[in-house]
Amino acid sequence: MSDALLDRIASTQSLADLDAVRVALLGKSGEITARLKSLGAMDPDTRAAEAPRIHALREQVTDAIASRKGALEAAQLERKLATEKLDLSLPAPESVRGTVHPVSQVMDELAEIFANLGFSVAEGPEIETQWYNFAALNMPENHPARAMQDTFYLDPRTADEEPRVLRTHTSPVQIRAMEAHGAPIRVIAPGRVYRSDSDATHTPMFHQVEGLVIDRAITLGHLKWTLETFLKAFFERDDVVLRMRPSYFPFTEPSAEVDVGWSMEKGRRVVGGQEGWMEVLGSGMVHPRVIANCGFDPDEWQGFAFGCGIDRLAMLKYGMDDLRAFFDGDIRWLKHYGFRALDVPTLSGGVGA
Amino acid sequence: MKFSLEWLKQHLETTASARQIADKLTAIGLEVEELSNPAEALAPFRVAKVLTAEKHPQADKLQVLTVDAGTGEVIQVVCGAPNARAGMLGVFGPPGAYIPGTDFTLKVAAIRGVESRGMMCSSRELELGDDHSGIIELSADAPVGAPFTQYAGLDDPVFDVNVTPNRQDAMGVRGIARDLAAAGIGTLKPLAVPQIEGSYLCPVPVRIEDSDGCPAFFGRAIKGVTNGASPDWMQRRLKSAGQRPISALVDITNYVMLDHGRPAHAYDIAKLTGGLSARAARKGEQVLALNEKEYTLQPFMTVIADDAQVHDIGGIMGGEDSGVGHATTDVMLEVAYFTPGRIARTGQALGLTSDARSRFERGVDPAFLDEGLAILTGLILDICGGEPSTAIRAGQPPTEQRTIHFDFGRTRALGGIDVPEQRQRDILHSLGFGLDRNQVTVPSWRRDVEGPADLVEEVARIVGYDEVPSTPLERAPGVARPTATRAQLMERRVRRTAAARGLDESVTWSFISEADADAFGGSEWRLANPISEEMKVMRPSLLPGLIAAARRNLDRGAASVRLFELGRRYLGDAEHLTLGLVLAGERQSRDWQSGKAQGFDAFDAKAEALALLDAAGAPVANLQVFPDAGPTWHPGRSAKLGLGPKTIVAAFGELHPSLIKRLDAPSGAVAAELYLDAIPAPRSSGLARSLYTPPTLQAVTRDFALIVPADLPAESLVRAIGAADKQAIAAVRLFDRFDAADGLSLAVEVTLQPAEKSFTDEQISEISARIVAAAKKLGARLRS
Repeated sequence: MSDALLDRIASTQSLADLDAVRVALLGKSGEITARLKSLGAMDPDTRAAEAPRIHALREQVTDAIASRKGALEAAQLERKLATEKLDLSLPAPESVRGTVHPVSQVMDELAEIFANLGFSVAEGPEIETQWYNFAALNMPENHPARAMQDTFYLDPRTADEEPRVLRTHTSPVQIRAMEAHGAPIRVIAPGRVYRSDSDATHTPMFHQVEGLVIDRAITLGHLKWTLETFLKAFFERDDVVLRMRPSYFPFTEPSAEVDVGWSMEKGRRVVGGQEGWMEVLGSGMVHPRVIANCGFDPDEWQGFAFGCGIDRLAMLKYGMDDLRAFFDGDIRWLKHYGFRALDVPTLSGGVGA
Repeated sequence: MKFSLEWLKQHLETTASARQIADKLTAIGLEVEELSNPAEALAPFRVAKVLTAEKHPQADKLQVLTVDAGTGEVIQVVCGAPNARAGMLGVFGPPGAYIPGTDFTLKVAAIRGVESRGMMCSSRELELGDDHSGIIELSADAPVGAPFTQYAGLDDPVFDVNVTPNRQDAMGVRGIARDLAAAGIGTLKPLAVPQIEGSYLCPVPVRIEDSDGCPAFFGRAIKGVTNGASPDWMQRRLKSAGQRPISALVDITNYVMLDHGRPAHAYDIAKLTGGLSARAARKGEQVLALNEKEYTLQPFMTVIADDAQVHDIGGIMGGEDSGVGHATTDVMLEVAYFTPGRIARTGQALGLTSDARSRFERGVDPAFLDEGLAILTGLILDICGGEPSTAIRAGQPPTEQRTIHFDFGRTRALGGIDVPEQRQRDILHSLGFGLDRNQVTVPSWRRDVEGPADLVEEVARIVGYDEVPSTPLERAPGVARPTATRAQLMERRVRRTAAARGLDESVTWSFISEADADAFGGSEWRLANPISEEMKVMRPSLLPGLIAAARRNLDRGAASVRLFELGRRYLGDAEHLTLGLVLAGERQSRDWQSGKAQGFDAFDAKAEALALLDAAGAPVANLQVFPDAGPTWHPGRSAKLGLGPKTIVAAFGELHPSLIKRLDAPSGAVAAELYLDAIPAPRSSGLARSLYTPPTLQAVTRDFALIVPADLPAESLVRAIGAADKQAIAAVRLFDRFDAADGLSLAVEVTLQPAEKSFTDEQISEISARIVAAAKKLGARLRS
């Protein structure tokens, strides 16, 4: 009896067949249900003998149906899966990826490095008065050094306005920062500067960073250490070698031009080693007259200042060879030389990307 | 400033090599830009003897020579020089040698059928002079086979020094020698100044009218000179300095200028009318200068003039009309002092540079007028002969000496370098400073030295900056403190958010064309001296630069351009930090899933604007949309975002079609501009957030489809519904919009958040009724 029933269950080929068998056996008027019902009409002895048998049969059948159901479902899923196929080599929806300009990235790197040395970032206007751009920096009218810088002048807006200039360097921020924050002070001032010059290596607009430290006992030795420390951190090399040379800037005394050693790697000139020298920085001890022009006593306060081209730093570090491309907005160039949004320079992760 | 080693040795006794000298010059602040040796280019040329000279069989003007160049073989050379003859000595260039004068490299060649294995050279071919009438003829005792440059004394390295504007003294070879001697490279030779006895009074009277511009004019006449060529030694030195020899008188004045940094001028007395006077130029007065250009003068310029005309732009350039020539027999010398500031101003105004200007504007040695005149006169008498007058001296040069009180400890305190006091004194002394205990007297040739800081530099540069010890800056204890300001942090966040959203950061010019600026309301700042019309005014908006960049990219074949820039707008009141962005081309390229390519629309610009404002810390949820962003924008497809009509923080949308045409902007481009400095600072609330626990009860949502007036801004409906029950309504989101048969239909999904107890059906009905009522006030009704 039971074998026949179990065969019937096992031979079902679909979940619908199986359900029909289940109803025929275990449904309201199913065979096994009928047998269970028949127990009530039996005398106690017969019932005691029949009941376990019938219950066992029901259990056996129930289990067999459950197991067959599992098998049929698995087979059905199998068949379904066989039809569900994607060519996952097809392209996924594209997401766009933007970039941060190398100049911005380098400015962030500078801010990060100098923050660790206790410098904050100062700012100032690009349309500057002649006082801040020249006179306060010890460049009175007709000073030959004014001729060293090809200055853009702006038309005066009223008849009695002295013509403003586009700042030729970030040095005016020295004066403004000292006026605003007093001494002691440690600041860097990155930003746009302008000179009326245009060829393969000069653009009429470019970027500089100015550094300024004013305190009571700052010496040329501190300047040297600061620049060495900065350049080693910036270029992420320990073999960065500096050479300081006496030079002339109206706003510093003593003044120093700073060369950095370079070497050839894979046919390109890179910072590090000392196969040759290239100029990267102008610097010096802030001229006493400049300190006085900011309203401070040069007998009490002294310090150093330096200035450096940011675009040039970027080119030396990241290997661009054409300054003009910095300002063209060519997205092919930006995507090649730009930085990803999350390439945030940090001291723990390194300031290079 | 260029000069040769041989010239330097005129003033400096030294055994140092050219390389050592160059390195030292750079180390003491006289940067050597180039150390070259002209002899290197002429290295292959040899002293050679012409053995035979026969007429060329095919050409009348050519000869066939055989030459002995010391190589042991007999070399056949075809030569066109009329002076070539057997037995003479000359200069031979072998095949492979480069002839600088004709820019030609020699090779074995057949000339009219006769083989020629090299060349006998003329002066001009070797760039040693202008003579091309024949080949160089050497004296009979010249050693055959010797390198010609060695024999001719041409093996003389040339230094090219970049003299900084403060160093008046280094504009002459002697000043450079003095610096080198102080730095331990040899000893400075004593200066020989001849004693000149004039035999008659100077016949040309000299008067100073403009003593501000020209405080002193010394001079004298020399009669009976012969103005031929200057001697070889002088010509060699002048050539090493990059000067072309002209005539003895001109060469001598140039030589004294280069040797001592002392410019002078010689007038041909025959061309003068009356005496000379140093006076202010008259307005509009003109002079033909020695560079053969006509200059129009202004009253702040000092000139030297006679009774008839201007002869010299004082201290800058002489005049053509009174210049000395080969026929000159009587000269008047001018050794003057011109005020540096005036020279600079005059030179800048005229756009005229000259060797004299570069010296006078730095300031020449005011105590060297008499010596300068004597040296100049001595050289003229030696070379040109003649009879000198007594010297004439009008005015007084400013020779007052500056004295600085110097604490030698400043070298340590400012320069960071320990130098024993005696060594400091020795250095200053060797540079010409006078020392009396702590009083330091500045030499007359160093007007740049004004105070103790300058003296520190003098000591430090001679000792060498290499000796300055690297000294760490004092460091605040603990972890470095944050330094960025709120604005700087905002800038960084906005920039990196934009990049994360797929925009490429560009940096465009701060100056744009006037036409582009006018399209954006015009610029208040116009450059007086722009380098081009395209870079003429300061930008009032970032969009012109970005639009031009987008245009260039599309022209180069880019399909999709998303550009932004963070920079300043230059308005009349201030410079405003701004973010501009332009989206052009395809937002989505054609794709196997999404189908055809799609362009950008104003909502893309809105999405960027809102995301970036959010990054900037603006209260984005409170921002209102004000339609029509202004004349540069499409009136119906642009808007401003603000916290009120007076606090506008951004504009976005499509550009005005007429502007698109004017700027040749890409069609379909959309843009946004964020006025970052207009965003109010958020209230500072510290680091801890407000207390929050997520609600335990589930929120429910209800949809409302409403027919609204056609001109109702969707934002007002959403706000009105949100305000209907501020307790219960957690969010309102518009999710559908279409033109139904009975009007414009907007559908919103309202999220209701129960607080302590779940909403009953009655409560939900009540809230719904309030929502419908709120919508009704705006003219909306439920869609049936």
